[in-house]
Amino acid sequence: MKATKFIKPKAIKELYHNYCPGCGHGIVHRLVAEVVDELNIRDKTIGIAPVGCAVFAYDYWNFDVSEAPHGRPPAVATGVKRVLPDRIVFTYQGDGDLAAIGTAEIIHAANRSENITVIFVNNTVYGMTSGQMAPTTILGQKTLTTPYGREIYKDGYPLKVCELLSVIEGTKYLARGAVTNPKNVALTKSYIKKAFVNQIENKGFSLVEILSMCPSGLHKSPVESIEWIENELVKYFPLGVIKDV
Amino acid sequence: MKKILQGNIALCEGAIEGGLDAYYAYPITPQNEISAYFAEVLPKLDKIFLQVESEVAAINMVFGSALTGKRAMTTSSSPGISLMQEGISYLCACELPCVIVNVMRGGPGLGNISGSQQDYFQSTRGGGHGDYYTIVLAPFSVKEIYEFAKKSFLLAEKYRNPVLIIYDGYLGQMMEVFDTETQEGKLEIKLEKDIDKSWILDGAKNRPPRKIRSLLMAEGELEKFNLKLKEKYDIIKENEVRVEFYYVDDAEVCLVGYGMSARVCLEVVNNLREKAIKIGLIRPITLFPFPYKEIFEISKKVKKFLVVEMNLGQMLEDVRIATNGNAEIFFYGRAGGSLVSADEIINKIKEIIN
Amino acid sequence: MSKKYILKIDSEHCKGCELCIVNCPKRVLKLSENINKLGYRYVEIVDISRCTGCGRCYLMCPDYLIEIYEEELK
Repeated sequence: MKATKFIKPKAIKELYHNYCPGCGHGIVHRLVAEVVDELNIRDKTIGIAPVGCAVFAYDYWNFDVSEAPHGRPPAVATGVKRVLPDRIVFTYQGDGDLAAIGTAEIIHAANRSENITVIFVNNTVYGMTSGQMAPTTILGQKTLTTPYGREIYKDGYPLKVCELLSVIEGTKYLARGAVTNPKNVALTKSYIKKAFVNQIENKGFSLVEILSMCPSGLHKSPVESIEWIENELVKYFPLGVIKDV
Repeated sequence: MKKILQGNIALCEGAIEGGLDAYYAYPITPQNEISAYFAEVLPKLDKIFLQVESEVAAINMVFGSALTGKRAMTTSSSPGISLMQEGISYLCACELPCVIVNVMRGGPGLGNISGSQQDYFQSTRGGGHGDYYTIVLAPFSVKEIYEFAKKSFLLAEKYRNPVLIIYDGYLGQMMEVFDTETQEGKLEIKLEKDIDKSWILDGAKNRPPRKIRSLLMAEGELEKFNLKLKEKYDIIKENEVRVEFYYVDDAEVCLVGYGMSARVCLEVVNNLREKAIKIGLIRPITLFPFPYKEIFEISKKVKKFLVVEMNLGQMLEDVRIATNGNAEIFFYGRAGGSLVSADEIINKIKEIIN
Repeated sequence: MSKKYILKIDSEHCKGCELCIVNCPKRVLKLSENINKLGYRYVEIVDISRCTGCGRCYLMCPDYLIEIYEEELK
């Protein structure tokens, strides 16, 4: 007798993706798909992909997906959710998309407590454009545009999105996970699930930030990227549920 | 039913008649009556009204609602429309129908809050990045604002392309009596087939998943899409040109104006015709598609054209293209939110004739 | 009644990131000396009898190339 134990979720298409070796996007895409499968919402889910590497998400998920201009997924998701309130609408955004060019949209979507789910992938660099400093690049971190390391006087501080949003009354659930080891992956999935369940229960704005690997942008091997996130990045971006009301 | 309405309110009533589902906007003068009206009325009709954080957000919310096949609209004035250009480029690239209204004010920069026609280039040349056009309607009366607002969703859906309605702040604030029942029929939309909604995103229930996107990275894919868009614009140019003529057949000088400046021109024409001076008027109603062919035909007979605009010469270039050297082209314009007056136009005509 | 596990690995599409290898507590997997059609050294099984079906490799594979099946031995 043969039984399946771990197989690819139905909400992921039978297609190979083009992300770099060890890129965390693949894992996060799968976690979203697993949650969509488990909640049995594939036929009413609409995803909004960002500008950045994850723009290609529309090719990989097996449900309706649109792209949005850079940083605008929360506004596009608002436009979808307001006219189709019984559908499940989520945005998938990177750190450049959400925390730099799209700060106005994310803050106001949160403040209106739009009943949407936001998946925020924080890998501390602009991956698609070859590894420039992101709003979440930590102090001292070397990138293409901070060759001497990020400096406070020049580049300011890395933006803590969850903590920033936590003071907004409209945010109902904020959690920060990572996809650096099996335990973190399982925990992150539980956060994502909660953020979707909140939407189903009409609770309002939920966001899950996910510390993820961009080996190409970080100029590290996949395994080194993980070690760096676990040893350095989590000191500045602590993991866990930040707000749940 | 006879009504006395302000232009901006006629727009609201027309849009509601036309099946508006959702409206998103950011405050800006001179079009604030629109948001105030919708804020009160749309919730009672179970439709969406949202005042949002910026014009950028507004146009992207229109994008979101348009993805689902709903009838979405935003309104703004010149500086706000500039902010929306990125979104409009994406809407055209994703072939999403929607209606955008520009109640134009003086520019550049913050300019002022008086009515103007200084956004002609921005409106008719796409406005943002890439090779695309929006369908541009230029009403010249409160009744036309009402009718165009009512018909524009259908026009947008027929071609899966945004429709831009532009008029100046003066027309937006002006009140006129009109009958909502009688149709002037200037913007009848002919449908050869039912509106196609097989592309909308509403959840992949009993159908394969769909995606809507504008990133076309494969070799030759984008050029193929650009050519597909061009084919669409060519059909629009063939089918949707709207233009009105007043006394052009025997005209010695033909005025060309749209929107508010056409109203003043019409007064001039009526005034001078009473004095047996042979003046005509061409009034483009669609600015994209522009009535190039129609104006070209007239330029075979009429040898002097006077283009009148509330800017310093933008449609002027299209009239030059249309007449293709057949006629002498003159221009009279006022900028910075100043109105053209009938007397000023008459003086200019006298200069041309003598 | 004991259990046996079957690991199905699509090694032709493996990018050799090694995330499955470093997270396998039983050292079931290793990087091959050969390269696949994508040009990467790919993951292969060293000893399947050590596999406990814990799923850590599945959880960490960013390319969904690993599937785990369970078989009951009588």
